[in-house]
Amino acid sequence: MLNALTLTVSLAALALAAWCGFAAYRDQPTKDWHFIGMAVVTVLALAQLVVGVVRLAQGGEPDEGTVIFVAYLVGALLSVPAAGFMSLVERSRWGSATVAAGALLLAVLEVRLHDIWWKG
Amino acid sequence: MSTDQLVKGPGMLLVWLYGVMSVGAVSRSVYEIATRFDEAPLPYSLSAVAAVVYVFITYTLVRGGETARRAAFACCAAELVGVLTVGTWTVLDPDAFPDSTVWSEFGFGYVFIPVLLPVTGMMWLRRARRVAPVS
Repeated sequence: MLNALTLTVSLAALALAAWCGFAAYRDQPTKDWHFIGMAVVTVLALAQLVVGVVRLAQGGEPDEGTVIFVAYLVGALLSVPAAGFMSLVERSRWGSATVAAGALLLAVLEVRLHDIWWKG
Repeated sequence: MSTDQLVKGPGMLLVWLYGVMSVGAVSRSVYEIATRFDEAPLPYSLSAVAAVVYVFITYTLVRGGETARRAAFACCAAELVGVLTVGTWTVLDPDAFPDSTVWSEFGFGYVFIPVLLPVTGMMWLRRARRVAPVS
């Protein structure tokens, strides 16, 4: 895996979590700007998926197995969009809180992806 | 929208968390039981039980209504008992657990979400009953 990309995705996810968490704190629903932020983070997660699959195709061997590795890559890709859709239905602070939770989950999944790939 | 919906306000965040725990617990236990059940039958079976509980609670929350609310409440209580029992068990008798479960050490591997989730769930479900009937 590309360490730089994993770090970028994690930091972007944490920034999104803080941003949407702040919106929830201020009693605001998610707005267009938040969705642009979610799109950026999702594109990064998609890049991570592509890099991961390319590494596998090149013969890379995840430490904890290919199935788990791919499952985490897909989960990482879906976590923010899924929370984003739920925030479209719940137009209150709780929608923002859901996106914040989704972004936090993505950051956790990135850490796990790093563990799964490397021998440690 | 019906007034007895459970997926509104804090309920939305709760459904998200239960959904995530469902996906996590189900995929984990399916993978473990399919690939290496012999290694640690007890922990893997308990993970599967946890998975079923999470899926059922997610379903009842999304479904809504008074019956579903009661069922979800009972399952959250069962979940809390499960987390506390399995958690204590893993601490007192680690030998029985060659591998961890979703509920090991009170959900340490899942940032303690497993022990916090049923408590918040029950609080929300209690409030949902008082607020709901305005039709």
